Amino acid sequence: MEDFVKFERIDKSYDGEVLVVKDLNVDIAEGEFLTLLGPSGSGKTTTLMMLAGFETPTNGEIYLKGTPISKIAPYERGIGMVFQNYALFPHMTVQENLAFPLEVRKMSKADAKEKVDAALDMVELGEFGTRFPAQLSGGQQQRVALARALVFEPQLVLMDEPLGALDKNLREQMQYEIKHIHERIGITVVYVTHDQSEALTMSNRIAVFNDGVIQQLSTPDVLYEKPDNSFVAQFIGENNKLTGTVKSVNGQYCEVDLDSGGSTKALMVNVSSAGQKTQLSVRPERISVGTNASENKFTGKVEELIYLGDHIRVRLNVCGSNEFIVKISNEGNISFKEGDNVDVSWAPDDIRALDI
Amino acid sequence: MEANISTAEQILTTDGIPLKDSLKKTERRNKIKAFLLVFPLLLFIIVTFIVPIFDMLGRSIDDSQINTVYPKTFEEYKKWDKDAEELPPEEVYKAIYYELGEGDKIQIGRALTRMNYSKSGWKSLIKKTQRQIKKDLKAEVVIASYKERLIEINEKWADRTYWYAMTQMLNERTPIYYWNALDRTYDAEMNVVMQSEERRIYIKTWIKTFKVSVYVTFFCLLLGFPVAHLLANLPLRYSNLLMIFVLLPFWTSLLVRTTAWIVMLQQNGVINGVLVWLGVLSDDGRIQMVYNETGTLIAMTQILLPFMILPLYSVMKVIPPSHLRAAANLGAKPFTAFVRVYLPQTVPGMSAGGLLVFVLAIGYFITPELVGGKDGQLIGHWIAYHLKTTLNWGLCAAMGAILLGIMLILYWLYNKIVGIENIKLG
Repeated sequence: MEDFVKFERIDKSYDGEVLVVKDLNVDIAEGEFLTLLGPSGSGKTTTLMMLAGFETPTNGEIYLKGTPISKIAPYERGIGMVFQNYALFPHMTVQENLAFPLEVRKMSKADAKEKVDAALDMVELGEFGTRFPAQLSGGQQQRVALARALVFEPQLVLMDEPLGALDKNLREQMQYEIKHIHERIGITVVYVTHDQSEALTMSNRIAVFNDGVIQQLSTPDVLYEKPDNSFVAQFIGENNKLTGTVKSVNGQYCEVDLDSGGSTKALMVNVSSAGQKTQLSVRPERISVGTNASENKFTGKVEELIYLGDHIRVRLNVCGSNEFIVKISNEGNISFKEGDNVDVSWAPDDIRALDI
Repeated sequence: MEANISTAEQILTTDGIPLKDSLKKTERRNKIKAFLLVFPLLLFIIVTFIVPIFDMLGRSIDDSQINTVYPKTFEEYKKWDKDAEELPPEEVYKAIYYELGEGDKIQIGRALTRMNYSKSGWKSLIKKTQRQIKKDLKAEVVIASYKERLIEINEKWADRTYWYAMTQMLNERTPIYYWNALDRTYDAEMNVVMQSEERRIYIKTWIKTFKVSVYVTFFCLLLGFPVAHLLANLPLRYSNLLMIFVLLPFWTSLLVRTTAWIVMLQQNGVINGVLVWLGVLSDDGRIQMVYNETGTLIAMTQILLPFMILPLYSVMKVIPPSHLRAAANLGAKPFTAFVRVYLPQTVPGMSAGGLLVFVLAIGYFITPELVGGKDGQLIGHWIAYHLKTTLNWGLCAAMGAILLGIMLILYWLYNKIVGIENIKLG
């Protein structure tokens, strides 16, 4: 697959002292939905703005279909964008907002009308064309912004936290809608968010940003199941962390002495030799409670039980951490209560020895 | 919470009182409280604003004072058949004879001023006549014909133009001041005619007032727009500094600023001096920039500029920068983006600032008075002149009312075209 967008050795600094983006190299395939995920200030929005043309890379070059675009003005790039607060023009009706990109492209009135109507139908706002943005709800405004970014048929659409202003239910609904529209018309989407569940729901691939550097770029399942480092493990999904020192290395596994005493067998990911400090990461749903495992078995006290319907969250005091979370799916057979001591265990493949 | 819904469609509260009554009762307290809070302001506005305005409007058409001085004369005067007799009948002469002789001196004096507006010459005529009548009355002279006696005292009493001029004073309400403010007056037959050539000054002044106000508004917009834009988009540290520069003149006395302009603009002033020093102007080619319309324009533009910048700024401040980015992203070149996306959103600020500057400019007084010289005077000058010098308050009031009328028309037009809800002052 040929690279549709290519970031090549991009550095970006605003003040000449701090690099907000460091040595960024990303290839985006045509038709892909790529999410840039990270905490605020991690450089993800800056990356998006460089692609849109509102920021200039300090070093390196961005290619769109093989053409360097650093010197092309934003209005000539033909990239659609959905802004954080939609940036709908308040003095224009919905139709006028949508017709704007077509008018500046000197499209005939009739053609423009046809396209505007089609775009409005796509986001199911056909009868709202004559309203002003202020007369629409947040979700409707969001759809108008989406329709406006798509109406001039760009091959690439950028979205800068487009769902940030919506409430939870609407946000989830819009996630599916955007995902479906993407699948239907096959455009390339670069999406910025700090919400990991949003990223997991929608993306083909996710680039996890921290400190201006991509920590890991992979598909959602790999990011969740096989985080490369402790930041990714921490940022994506819930995660129990234990600290310790590598005692011995055995093939792809290693034996780790926990700081709180005891030892566990873990999958080696980000450590290489004995004597290294490591942070161990294990997902709450990968821990079994009360089973008779032969290895990686510990005893902990139940501090708190939280009933969540489909599953139960158990907070344990295990291995010197009283923030140790276990998720047990609710099959109606929870046999312990707060204050009890229970056995917990995990498979060596599920606990990953990462950097610290 | 439960509400009992009775069969009579009347919703009752849980206690059985109709819901509407209950709501009214609870709302009443709040209403009274709110009213009491605004009451002092209401009173203040009524006493200092509403009452004076209506008093002014009343004065602009009031002609009752003279009717209290010559009630009998006017009554008899109305019976005069102007086509049949050249001069008024004997009764008119008799009435005015006694009203002048026995009337209150101060009241007659005040009425004289009014009489002189309709025809100059009344003042001296009445004064001379009055003196003679007083002597007559003292000497208890027996008079056979008052007509002849008055004409004997002063032959102007036989001049029918004086008598005709009296026609316009008969009613207690008169539009004469409005006609005067528009360079018009009554002729002998009570037709509205133009004033004599040399007395036509107001229409010229009205037009100039309009012209200057429009120019000042335009220049304020031209100069204020970029400043407001900069102010709204600079980083806080610089914009604060710039804001101080905008506001500093605002806090300086109007008089100081105006006189500063005189220092800058006069023929031996700073600007001319620099231009001569630079060799742009020769020493005897210094430009006259003050004591004329140019001076008025320059000084008023500078003084009224903050009134344009501040509303514009407050509007521009809330236009998100993402709008221009969005426009660029959608394919609009910077100029198109500015014209189609940014400019329309500043209309509320432009119109608020424009209206504010125009309204202030049209009634401006101090600055044109000081830097306007002879041909830079606006209508405010004449209002002040008649208020202080000629004491023709009726004319002042009429001019003020016309200004008020213009303002109301503008407001109405503005509401029609832009919509008053679009105005944004801050």
